[in-house]
Amino acid sequence: MNLLELQGVTVSFDGFLALNDLNLQLAPGELRAVIGPNGAGKTTFLDVITGKVKPTRGDVVFRGRSIVGRSEHHISRLGIGRKFQTPRVYQNLSPRRNLELAVRGPHGPAALLFGSLSSEQRDRVQHLLSVVGLERQAQQPAGGLSHGQKQWLEIAMLVAQDPELLLVDEPVAGLTDEETARTADLLKQLAGDHTVLVIEHDMEFIRDLQAPVTVLHEGHVLCEGSMDQVQNDPRVIEVYLGSETQEDAA
Amino acid sequence: MDLLYDTLFNGLAIGSVLVLAALGLAVVFGLMGVINMAHGELMMLGAYTTFVVQNIFKAVLPEALFPIYILVALPLAFVVSGLAGLLLEKTVIRRLYGRPLETLLATWGVSLILQQFVRSVSSAFAIGLVVAVVAGILVPRFTPKVWWQQRWTPLLGTGSWIVTGLVGVVIASVLGEQRVFDQPWFSARNIDVTAPVWLRGSIDVGVVNMPAARLFIIALTVVALLLVNWFLQKSVWGMRIRAVTQNRTMSDCLGIPTEKVDALTFLIGSGLAGVAGVAVTLLGSVGPNLGGNYIVDCFMVVVLGGVGKLAGTVLAALGIGILSYVVGSGSLLLVWPAMPEGLNAVITFFATTSMAKVLVFALIVVFLQIRPAGLFPQKGRMVEA
Amino acid sequence: MADLLSSRNLRRWLPWALIVLVALVLPVVLPPFRLNLLGRFLSLGIVALGVDLIWGYTGMLSLGQGIFFALGGYALAMYLQLNELKPGELPEFFSLYGVKSLPAFWQPFNSPLFTLVAIWVIPAVVAGLLGYLVFRNRIKGVYFSILTQAALLVFFNFFNGQQKLINGTNGLKTSTARIFGELIGSDAMQRNLFWLTVVITVAAFLLCRWLTHGRFGDALIAIRDDEPRLRFTGYNPTAYKTVVFAVAGALAGISGALYTVQSGIVSPQYMAVPFSIEMVIWVAVGGRGTLIGALLGAVLINYAKSLVSEALPETWLFIQGGLFLLVVLVLPDGLVGWWRQGGPGRLIAMVGWPPRTATYPALDLDPQVVAEQDQLERSGGGQG
Repeated sequence: MNLLELQGVTVSFDGFLALNDLNLQLAPGELRAVIGPNGAGKTTFLDVITGKVKPTRGDVVFRGRSIVGRSEHHISRLGIGRKFQTPRVYQNLSPRRNLELAVRGPHGPAALLFGSLSSEQRDRVQHLLSVVGLERQAQQPAGGLSHGQKQWLEIAMLVAQDPELLLVDEPVAGLTDEETARTADLLKQLAGDHTVLVIEHDMEFIRDLQAPVTVLHEGHVLCEGSMDQVQNDPRVIEVYLGSETQEDAA
Repeated sequence: MDLLYDTLFNGLAIGSVLVLAALGLAVVFGLMGVINMAHGELMMLGAYTTFVVQNIFKAVLPEALFPIYILVALPLAFVVSGLAGLLLEKTVIRRLYGRPLETLLATWGVSLILQQFVRSVSSAFAIGLVVAVVAGILVPRFTPKVWWQQRWTPLLGTGSWIVTGLVGVVIASVLGEQRVFDQPWFSARNIDVTAPVWLRGSIDVGVVNMPAARLFIIALTVVALLLVNWFLQKSVWGMRIRAVTQNRTMSDCLGIPTEKVDALTFLIGSGLAGVAGVAVTLLGSVGPNLGGNYIVDCFMVVVLGGVGKLAGTVLAALGIGILSYVVGSGSLLLVWPAMPEGLNAVITFFATTSMAKVLVFALIVVFLQIRPAGLFPQKGRMVEA
Repeated sequence: MADLLSSRNLRRWLPWALIVLVALVLPVVLPPFRLNLLGRFLSLGIVALGVDLIWGYTGMLSLGQGIFFALGGYALAMYLQLNELKPGELPEFFSLYGVKSLPAFWQPFNSPLFTLVAIWVIPAVVAGLLGYLVFRNRIKGVYFSILTQAALLVFFNFFNGQQKLINGTNGLKTSTARIFGELIGSDAMQRNLFWLTVVITVAAFLLCRWLTHGRFGDALIAIRDDEPRLRFTGYNPTAYKTVVFAVAGALAGISGALYTVQSGIVSPQYMAVPFSIEMVIWVAVGGRGTLIGALLGAVLINYAKSLVSEALPETWLFIQGGLFLLVVLVLPDGLVGWWRQGGPGRLIAMVGWPPRTATYPALDLDPQVVAEQDQLERSGGGQG
């Protein structure tokens, strides 16, 4: 059975179709890359899954149950985690506290007031801090971190959440080549135990992932396949490079 | 049935004042996302401008000209309030861009100062104030330039303003010894504006008896709305304002001078408050607290009407104004004497001006449960980006 | 001795020394009138703590705390009006409006136990309910602020208009009421109330500290800085905001009750629009996001207000308006924030002396060294 299934999802903003009859299936443990030119609806696509935007038509099914109409925190608790396009960490909290907020466990007010972190959760936070190399900065406000460090901190927060499905929006934007390679390794590692969906513009990075690719265009799935297949698909070339190429080719 | 029309007409007049008052606030809020707590005081400035114009017409100009003083007061109130708003934008609001809650607090501070200013201002006070401000501005020009490039320059700046301020206070208190100078211009008491004769009578249209002053207010509101609508839809600057309202960053990139747009919008919004102030003087006596009576209602209009659409503002203002009046005046009971017992008790309970506000607020909260973004919500990705 | 004065130890014993000073020395030194004023200002500090919780930490600017403040005051005043009445007797003002029997909602206030609970539970419930209805629709920012202000105006109008229920504009007097056979307005009683205020202020401070120092406090800050983000992490901000708004309401209620018995009256004026905004400026001047700043701001500003109002009443609004502008434009983190960010040092540096540092300046300023020092301190504190 598929972990996540989008069935004919359409999102209309005042008549503008951000998503148009979008169908997509994700199997458990899969690593999937989604690409598409600007305005293809990639972010709206994540917004629909995470409950920020309600689809005008269609259904989103997670583990066999529809999640349309549920609020963001509810969906997150079901096991869908999200990393944002621009890194969003809590600037006034230290990386450690950022992770302590994100770490898997009860998230109600009472739990936070009267409970304390288990040693397991503490170890997890400590472990993640070392994985992303922020041990030295663990106590400073996260606002002072560099862009790359923030990206990594946010990925660490996502992992701390331990969701079944990870939605990762442009994880390597602004990272160095070395950091990009490490991010790819990390995501590949996560796949298998988790299901990972990555949105990225960086084609080298996508190639590194060695994952099946879905191409979005005008809110619709244009084609699916391996990176090589997709890159040679004339429709993909057309939407990325415009019709001129088509004329040249023809 | 006459009574019903009468009630509706009066409600419409009250609602029109609210439209005028809230219009400027809503335009500014839509554009800059800031709530101007001093908006009510800008209305007050408009009302006091009317008062001053009236007195000048009474004292200086021939009596035959008196009937048109209100037509002179209207543009003048627009200019006075507009310039006051412009000053506020340039000195305070501009520095707080992107911090709406801080703007709210700062403009509240300005509203306190304006209220007390109207109460306290006398010739002595005004002279002292002008001296202090002019001296404060001139100090850097008449002191060695090197003083203003030192480590301690901030202290010097603060110090010089404190000193010139004290000089102003001393001058004011010395002048205040003289009776002529000590006389407050307006004092804390309410002021009354005499409406010209042509606004005092009433006109009968069919069965409805329409007081001319209220008819004038409704007409004024319609004209103001048409002008604002024309300005926003048809003029170049209006288009720029709409562009910045929709997407500030993109407008900036396209070369729209967003700072000028902000200043202009603030000037217009504040000027409209001044016009509303003129209208308010026709409804009764006004005082330094005038702003407080209207400001919360204006806020409710903004909450209910949403931003970016004039229709929302107009509908919300008329709705709140008419409902408050109809419930608060208790006319419902007279219009419909055969009301069921239970409903009658409820309506009677809310049939005062202040209790009507209780009811209207409760209804607004209920409405927001159904449509949290107001009457005309914005849609799309830009919302809560 | 030198050790006692080191900044680390200073921070540990100084607060307690201050509390002892306020609680034991001042009642002897100050004349009753001044002591009573200080007691009132301290109770206003409690409502300021609540404002700090919701605004300084959670980022919700409420302009309607006066509602909860007055509700607490009214709850206590109603009890005091009924206390030591003979059976069948009514509080005096009812006769003015020809009310013959006690309105039903007054009945429970015959019970002191009920009143003690009502003082904070009623405001908390009202705040929680109002907050829930607003927060669940994701109304925030200035929308929240002006809705709270409108709510305030509504309560103000309601209490003003209901003579037969609650004595309308005149409010309820408490100074002439008696408790334990003693007049509330008497000097001895007022001194007891002062002590009570000190104890409750300290307790409220500790409560807020507990709320803000921990993961719950982190969640509040996260709501302030990026609420949508927190949602995607599985948190429901509505629950947090409702809880913290209710707590702030409860604090306001307690504050209002203490203030009422020390000023001798509760009236709809406590729900006037300007008063509730003033509460925000106390916190802003003291330093939002710091609890001590809220307390300090409330006491300082109100003390200044009473001084200025005695001398030059008409200038107070100018000064207050100026304060709003000053604190927003120049001192956004308030006095405590300015102090903590080395403001005094910078000020001194302006007139010539370089800032003094204990070791190498680079070490003192290195965030990592500071963090380590902090950690050591904390672990040392845990053992001791």
